[in-house]
Amino acid sequence: MIDKKTVEYVANLARIELKEKELDKLSGQLGDILGFIDKLKEVNVDSVPPTSHAISIGNVLRDDSLKESLPVNKALSNSPLKNGSSFIVPKVIE
Amino acid sequence: MAISNGVDKKLNTLTAHELLDKLKSGGISSEDIFSALEKRIKEADPKVNAYVRNQVQLPLADNRKNITGGVPIAIKDNICTEGYNTECCSKILEGFIPPYDATVIKKIKGSGHAFLKLKTNMDEFAFGSSTENSSFGLTHNPWNLDYVPGGSSGGSAAAVASDEAIWALGSDTGGSIRQPASFCGVVGLKPTYGRVSRYGLIAFASSLDQIGPITKDVRDCALLMNIIAGYDPNDSTSVNTQVPDYTKSLNSGIKGLKIGIPKEYFVEGLDPEVNSAVKEAINILKKLGADFKEVSLNHTQYAVPVYYIIATAEASSNLARFDGVQYGFRSKAANLIDMYKKTRGEAFGEEAKRRIILGTFVLSHGYYDAYYLRALKVRTLIKQDFDKAFQDLDCIITPTSPSPAFKIGERVDDPLKMYLSDIYTISANLAGIPGMSLPCGFTKKGLPIGMQILAKHFDEERIFSLSFAYEQNTEWHKMKPDFKP
Repeated sequence: MIDKKTVEYVANLARIELKEKELDKLSGQLGDILGFIDKLKEVNVDSVPPTSHAISIGNVLRDDSLKESLPVNKALSNSPLKNGSSFIVPKVIE
Repeated sequence: MAISNGVDKKLNTLTAHELLDKLKSGGISSEDIFSALEKRIKEADPKVNAYVRNQVQLPLADNRKNITGGVPIAIKDNICTEGYNTECCSKILEGFIPPYDATVIKKIKGSGHAFLKLKTNMDEFAFGSSTENSSFGLTHNPWNLDYVPGGSSGGSAAAVASDEAIWALGSDTGGSIRQPASFCGVVGLKPTYGRVSRYGLIAFASSLDQIGPITKDVRDCALLMNIIAGYDPNDSTSVNTQVPDYTKSLNSGIKGLKIGIPKEYFVEGLDPEVNSAVKEAINILKKLGADFKEVSLNHTQYAVPVYYIIATAEASSNLARFDGVQYGFRSKAANLIDMYKKTRGEAFGEEAKRRIILGTFVLSHGYYDAYYLRALKVRTLIKQDFDKAFQDLDCIITPTSPSPAFKIGERVDDPLKMYLSDIYTISANLAGIPGMSLPCGFTKKGLPIGMQILAKHFDEERIFSLSFAYEQNTEWHKMKPDFKP
């Protein structure tokens, strides 16, 4: 089960501000979903390896060489706040 | 509903291969196709809402005069198109104009075809099974406007079904191509994981996502696969193997093809009309010479819980990039952390927040082993079920969804019930295998029913042989909704 305090804690980890009403609704719904997910506890997975990809793939490496990349103006084109060459964010260090 | 007879039909009602024949013989131009689509979109979309941002008045493509010999393709709102809004139907990507094209878009451009500037509606970030979670409002099912088109690629499926598009691209993480295809009576294919590049597809769950075609018939599906499939160095999960000409497998025949019917899919909860339509389809395929046998996919009942751990965990990580800094919406706040929290709190929709929080929870300290790691292990068992079944099978046939389309609003407040509508499609994503939904009948109320054909990794060709043989012997794909705007 999952209580309101846990949802609040996890929402903070996920950097999402929730309203009081959202917290109440989510706690109930996540509780139901986790209750359903608990079904997995009945499966014996003692000697089963985990699968993170259905097709086995290895590391894909490329040559460490210069190639064309997105120009600065294009990379910044969607930013809500920017100056000539950087993203602008609220002050981080006092 | 009515069967179209092929005489004097409007161009927007034709398939891509019919239009390509007409283009080749010089009877029509690509511009004629654009005009027919434009007219249809303007009259039908105010009712269907398959396209987003209310762009129905805009030209469908730039430089239309330069496009010759091509049939335009509709694109889901999560596939990047350089210069044209791509917002995943989320407020958090409001105004996002991609600075580059997805690989599939590059391939379309290189193929001589074109794509529509208007993008198709979807559940926000592909989180949903009904296209009701879109920041642009919901899409209606052209077969009955009171019903959902399925989701998350509901806009693409509804556009193709209502002849507002000739063919379309969707994406499928747990059934998001196949389930709406079945609800809307069209063909939808989720290719093998690694078959089609996801470069430029806005990521939901990276170990599951695939881009695929939604089309009016099987031949169009094969033609569109020929355009989009193939290795891409920009997607490190794409697999470098030969891509066959899929149209060549259409006529390979199905005599002696070994097909499995998983008993776990024909159980309580399956709608009786869906059950009998799929069984009838199996009878037709038997008469055409395919061999059937019952198989067991033991861990089927665990697919949905496994999926909602893995998919939400991956989504919570993928969606961390939406922080108000690089693109989209930003909320005002005095410090950086508050800016992140307010931006994400205000601009993500309800289902997106639910999934990000669930995903963060199952990955968090103290719960990782109990939920996430356990889910990865059960995923292994689900995949092994298929590996074992395919040792002596060519294909597996199931219903695509346990029910036909449901009513708008019916499941929005019950996330768990919504999640269960993907119960038959999710396993293919977990196992990485290809799956197609193909029209196989209608309910008494006139809603389409789809059957699903699954095959081994990279064996889309078997799916095409089987689906084409079925289609040649049935008329379902020729049915059109009576929908009049």
